[in-house]
Amino acid sequence: MPFVEETYDVCVVGAGHAGCEAALACARLGLETIIFTISIESIALMPCNPNIGGSSKGHLVREIDALGGQMGINIDKTFIQSKMLNVSKGPAVHSLRAQADKAEYTSLMRKTLENTEHLTLRQAEVTELIVEDGVVKGVKTFSGAAYYSKAVVLCTGTYLKARCLYGDVVNYTGPNGLQPANALSQSLHDNNIEIFRFKTGTPARIDKRSLDFTKMQEQKGDERVVPFSFTTDPEEVQIEQVSCWLTYTNSETHEIIRENLDRSPLYSGMIEGTGPRYCPSIEDKVVKFADKERHQVFIEPEGLYTNEMYVGGMSSSLPEDVQYKMYRTVPGLEQAKIVRNAYAIEYDCINPRQLYPTLEFKTIKGLFSGGQFNGSSGYEEAAAQGLVAGINAAMSVLGKDPLILDRSESYIGVLIDDLVTKENHEPYRMMTSKAEYRLLLRQDNADLRLSEKGYRVGLISQERYDWVVEKERLIAREVERIEHVNIGANAVVQKLLEEHQSTPLKTGTTLAELIRRPELSYEDLADIDPQRPELARDVVEQVNIHVKYDGYIKRQMKQVKEFKKLENKKLPEHFDYNEIQSLRIEAKQKLNLYQPVNVGQASRIAGVSPADISVLLVYLEQWNRKQSQSLD
Amino acid sequence: MQGDTIAAIATAMTNSGIGIVRISGEEAFAVIDRIYRSKYGDKVLSQMPSHTIHYGYIYDGDKIIDEVMVAVMKSPNSYTTEDTVEIDCHGGILVMRRILETVIKHGARPAEPGEFTKRAFLNGRIDLSQAESVIDIINAKNDFALESSIHQLRGNIKDKIRNIRKSIIHELAFIESALDDPEHVMIDDGYGEWLNEIIMEIIAQIEEILSVSENGELLKEGIRTVIVGKPNAGKSSLMNVLVGKERAIVTDIPGTTRDALEEQVNLDGITLNIVDTAGIRKTEDMVEKIGVEKTKEYLEQADVIIYVVDASVDLDRNDQDILKILKNRKVIVLLNKSDLSQVISEEYFREKMSEYQLSLQILPISAKEQIGIKELKEIIQKMFFAGEIVSNEEIYITNIRQKTALQSALESLRLVRKSIESGMPEDFYSIDLMSAYESLGKITGETVGEDLVNEIFAKFCMGK
Repeated sequence: MPFVEETYDVCVVGAGHAGCEAALACARLGLETIIFTISIESIALMPCNPNIGGSSKGHLVREIDALGGQMGINIDKTFIQSKMLNVSKGPAVHSLRAQADKAEYTSLMRKTLENTEHLTLRQAEVTELIVEDGVVKGVKTFSGAAYYSKAVVLCTGTYLKARCLYGDVVNYTGPNGLQPANALSQSLHDNNIEIFRFKTGTPARIDKRSLDFTKMQEQKGDERVVPFSFTTDPEEVQIEQVSCWLTYTNSETHEIIRENLDRSPLYSGMIEGTGPRYCPSIEDKVVKFADKERHQVFIEPEGLYTNEMYVGGMSSSLPEDVQYKMYRTVPGLEQAKIVRNAYAIEYDCINPRQLYPTLEFKTIKGLFSGGQFNGSSGYEEAAAQGLVAGINAAMSVLGKDPLILDRSESYIGVLIDDLVTKENHEPYRMMTSKAEYRLLLRQDNADLRLSEKGYRVGLISQERYDWVVEKERLIAREVERIEHVNIGANAVVQKLLEEHQSTPLKTGTTLAELIRRPELSYEDLADIDPQRPELARDVVEQVNIHVKYDGYIKRQMKQVKEFKKLENKKLPEHFDYNEIQSLRIEAKQKLNLYQPVNVGQASRIAGVSPADISVLLVYLEQWNRKQSQSLD
Repeated sequence: MQGDTIAAIATAMTNSGIGIVRISGEEAFAVIDRIYRSKYGDKVLSQMPSHTIHYGYIYDGDKIIDEVMVAVMKSPNSYTTEDTVEIDCHGGILVMRRILETVIKHGARPAEPGEFTKRAFLNGRIDLSQAESVIDIINAKNDFALESSIHQLRGNIKDKIRNIRKSIIHELAFIESALDDPEHVMIDDGYGEWLNEIIMEIIAQIEEILSVSENGELLKEGIRTVIVGKPNAGKSSLMNVLVGKERAIVTDIPGTTRDALEEQVNLDGITLNIVDTAGIRKTEDMVEKIGVEKTKEYLEQADVIIYVVDASVDLDRNDQDILKILKNRKVIVLLNKSDLSQVISEEYFREKMSEYQLSLQILPISAKEQIGIKELKEIIQKMFFAGEIVSNEEIYITNIRQKTALQSALESLRLVRKSIESGMPEDFYSIDLMSAYESLGKITGETVGEDLVNEIFAKFCMGK
């Protein structure tokens, strides 16, 4: 018999961005939770890029916040530069990105974990799952100790059987030289969990004192910073910011890379794992886009109290000597001193189709997972899944309804649906093009979309939820009002229009119609709208967007209505689709494999045709009628 | 989707008697109100009691389409349990089709294969015991629709649409990669104008395809008639005689017709869609091999097969190969070259064929001297009127579906132009570009899948 330490409600394995969210969610919901990490110093570590957010990832952070997660709050307190991306584009693709002080980010998250009630931190390597009759019972650690629990959330990131490579050097470690987790993969395998091998990479870190910034372009933060969290007071984030720097590779850089390609483990075949296409190594870029004369290089600070600078755009697994040569061809980097080498990292993760949209394993009850373990990549993608996995682990322990977000409600819903429904051949990254209803899924309305769910789950307070309800009411009332404010073609109006280079009016119109002109906004028209009520900045923003993009928004809402019809048709669990004779063979196989939760999800599985969906609908109706007959 | 308004032709697509166009769904009455006028213009059908029938006319705008009787059935007392309208028209393929198109133009959409039955079942109209047959209907109709929508596309329409889709996805990928990674991919100020040009060009191309379809339709309608026979049996000569012009290349060299040639022939009101195939024989020549594979594909889809036998020489291995493929099929056998000395007679052939269980009609002809051609035409007509050959009706609605898809692509592209012209930011272009891409994919049988993401990574250099 192993030594039994204690019993918990939930065990969380790994304290990266996913694990932290999962553990905090469970503990905050009052469940006795233990979080395991290989190193307490590495809680919420950012082993790659020093920023949080970015296109569509910023959306994820906002959504995490609206559901009661921690990431947004943590970055608001530890950022050193912030930018709203895509401001010249439509509101749906505005996206916040902040440079983090990595050390501060990690230490603040650790402090938060340490000071959360019901949460126990434990430095230990989890080596085994305890599973009995298809139900998870807890975990065992390297020392042989057993921790029994009602649910387990796996967030092992890039640590499973990890190895780091550059040139012919192989280190059997996790990121940053941390100890890998070598035993758990076997336990997963023993529980019939299908494992993938993925790879990713990171660039070198360079000593700031060895760089010549006069040869680079300065990249400053925004003048007015917008916080990530809806709970952060916007005045608190107006801090002094640190700059990033832009420089470029050149033909000499590319020449060196080409000459040494055979020494890259990627090209020599030493790396087995599949890498992500969206953050290719510099050698990939040079090979794939051979006619490109230069590539951008972003030099980003890793924090306020370190001289380490991240070389964005030049991740690599070339040998150390080539790294020196290649980096030193870049203007401003001629004297570069490398603090940490660039490397590629390979690790075990799972085929995420084994999960329900709740992130629970289909075949092991009570076992949940999130983050890079699920085949995603990125801190934000990890945190989002960690939060959902944690919430649903808690809901299962508490016997409450799970939290399932669909594609029409959130980027998180898109992320999870893509993971569990589509075939993933590379680490999954969130992209704005993957959200088909993105006009509705804006970063500015994440609170309006998701607070109710966060409140129902128990992570959003009554007070915060009441404010969202009130905000919604104010927006609706103001939108309604300005649709009915008549504007005459008088001199004052024409003058205002002229000032904004807008065509003068021929006849009277409404305020709303004027706002719909691209060159005008709600705020611009204050002078000709004397009845305007005093409204908060975020309410005004919503009013403006609602009125301006009214036509597009309504069209997407109509599509969502259609989408929901299939989404609301639930399919039975653990169903044998071979019973439905008329399905094509491929459809039967795929449906058996994926066990979709509803007809909508079924329709998104590759290999299931619209005809199969018709058959499924008829069968489902037949099944339902039989069920209700047998109940009578 | 369930609930929206669908329409289809509910009767057989023949030139006889009466035809019915059926509309079902929430908007069924709204649609009929837009296109129906009574004799004195005083009736509004949506106001009429359920289960009444009304005499009047179908109009498309000011243009009269046909004189009709319209039956009105209100929910839940109809086949689908939804509001339903049935338009009885004078029959005739052309008229029915025009009515259906008018109905679609005014707010309905073409029904998916088996959709009326599916709705009837899902809405509880059809008994549980019939569920399996409902599924069979859906499957059968779908199989055909799928097959026809891709295989039957006229000429180079498929290539044209594929090219259009390629250029749309490229622009989409450009916009999207700029949104995803604004620091690496940048959209220039003049991009809107550039895109506008591209879209105007695409719109012109789609309009051209549509104008072709006004007369000829995108898909080849009619009875699919496939001519087979071993090389140099005289298939091409027969084809030329039937079509009435020099179409297929006729030489003495076996294997000249390597690709299938297709023509439409009208036999006193029956449209035959004739395919002349490459001769089937064991071959090492790759080009010809592909032709032979295609021939087998055509045969599988054929409504009627004409097997041309060279009666001046004995049957050989090639004929045996053909007969194997024709097993259990309905075949008209032509003993060709009756002008030359005959090696094969009708009796001889029947005896040889007994093991293949063919349903045979045998006729000696000479394609070269045009002997027996009139008799051949009579046989086909007889078979048609006896109902032995049925042209698959799904093709008519598939045709209209394709057209609708083209029109909705056009509509989406116009919306992109509108967004450009009204100064919307670029991310708004994507929405309608994607809809256009999707609509066009319905015609070529291609879904969106991971196309966009793949294009982004293939063409644009992104990332950290």
